[in-house]
Amino acid sequence: MAIKSAPRVRVPAQAKAGELIEIKTLISHEMESGQRKDAAGKTVPRDIINTFEASFNGRPFFKAEWFPSISANPYQSFFYKATESGEFTFSWKDDAGAEQKSTAKLTVA
Amino acid sequence: MTLHVDATLAPSRRRALQLAGFAAFAAVLAPRMSLATEADVADEMKKLFSGKKIGEGKIKLDLPEIAENGLVVPINIDVDSPMTEADFVKSVHVFADGNPLPQVVTYHFTPQSGKAAASTRMRLAQTQNVIAVAEMSSGALFSAKAQVKVTIGGCGG
Repeated sequence: MAIKSAPRVRVPAQAKAGELIEIKTLISHEMESGQRKDAAGKTVPRDIINTFEASFNGRPFFKAEWFPSISANPYQSFFYKATESGEFTFSWKDDAGAEQKSTAKLTVA
Repeated sequence: MTLHVDATLAPSRRRALQLAGFAAFAAVLAPRMSLATEADVADEMKKLFSGKKIGEGKIKLDLPEIAENGLVVPINIDVDSPMTEADFVKSVHVFADGNPLPQVVTYHFTPQSGKAAASTRMRLAQTQNVIAVAEMSSGALFSAKAQVKVTIGGCGG
């Protein structure tokens, strides 16, 4: 399954310099573990999102490598220390090589 | 005579049906995949950390004591660190010793993360231990372990 739906990301729009902000992300994906068997007894091939990465102004600051033990529709929250205004880029990559991206702007006062 | 035979057969047939029913129920409950063991996790950790000594503490591992649904078990990891260029948490590896594959997630942090904390949701096939290992920028390793009791396993159909 390719990544179909638009991911949902919650990021504050503004922050003070040095402030620690929490980022929450959610994306729709079956995260087929490769352990399940279909009605005919055949193993359903593995198909998961295996990498999530967050960057700010092009510099990666957080990465998660997901394994089949991660639940369907994977949720991920993490932190970022705001220092300057700019743009976040979030990226999800699946086993088939498909990539889904999302961006969010942050203004540092 | 035939009536008598029927009377004696009836209870045993009921018993046979009960047994068949129980067998079917047990088959549903029994794990149908090969699951990892504590030794597999130890092996995996030896490979990843080349047998280095792992200390205790520094990690706060938030997990439910009892997970009613093994398909969606929330996990929160928080590693105590100043997160400066000189001293930060490089990565955190999470293992589940009773899942088909022991690895759950690997996080990579940077000083810009500000805080070495992350939450997600995972699948647990059965009651088991969840282990987190944090690797500091100095190369030091720390681990934390917690057991989660799983009511309904989260794998297969």
